[in-house]
Amino acid sequence: MKSQNYMDLKIPSKSINESFARSAVAAFCLQLDPTIAELADIKTAVSEAVTNCIVHAYNSANGEIYIKSEITDDRVLIVKIRDKGKGIADIKQAMEPLFTTGGEERAGLGFAVMESFMDKVKVTSREGKGTTVTLYKKFFRVTNEKPE
Amino acid sequence: MINTDYQDGVMTVYLSGEIDQHTSKSIRQEIDSRTEALRPNLLCLDFSKVRFMDSSGIGLIMGRFRQMSLIGGRLKITNLPENIDRIVKLSGVQTLGVLK
Repeated sequence: MKSQNYMDLKIPSKSINESFARSAVAAFCLQLDPTIAELADIKTAVSEAVTNCIVHAYNSANGEIYIKSEITDDRVLIVKIRDKGKGIADIKQAMEPLFTTGGEERAGLGFAVMESFMDKVKVTSREGKGTTVTLYKKFFRVTNEKPE
Repeated sequence: MINTDYQDGVMTVYLSGEIDQHTSKSIRQEIDSRTEALRPNLLCLDFSKVRFMDSSGIGLIMGRFRQMSLIGGRLKITNLPENIDRIVKLSGVQTLGVLK
């Protein structure tokens, strides 16, 4: 999978940037001619990952979020969202639907949404060092490339 | 960001724009203060003008469901755009008793 195009973003972990981050990645993937539904999927998954950085990794304190978006030759969008926050002790548990350490108003659905809306989600983390979430989505051409 | 309408014990909240972790806090505070003042039997959240919602919106729905349960009322969610309906279905909030 050779990279055809990429975009790098670095933003402070402020919740006002959630909207900017998802819109920037959506704008970058417009070159893949996505459907409106695919764009909504991307925006939602990115929003979940960035919110996790702000709420969980940095506990709403100052920090930086690094977002690398990449488009490969075979039309796969790869979005890598990285923080240098507290890390996740148990990734399997964190990815379970409804598990949250974010309090009553958090649904604990972030990873479930990412997994449902993207083709693949990869999470690596080291306690005290940070977390990287990588989202993958393949875009098919409008012609006869669609799977059955 | 929100408009409300109250009639015969039914409070309808017309949500609009984007619902994420950043915006959900003020939406929550506005809904809760009006709910406390009016104490409706049914709180109806209308999503027809919501352009985007992530799982913070599910937290918002679950929280309002709890608030309404505390005062003996019910919660209904209506006019969900397709992309928002997907997240709602995934969350299973309806199994809790949220009306649709």
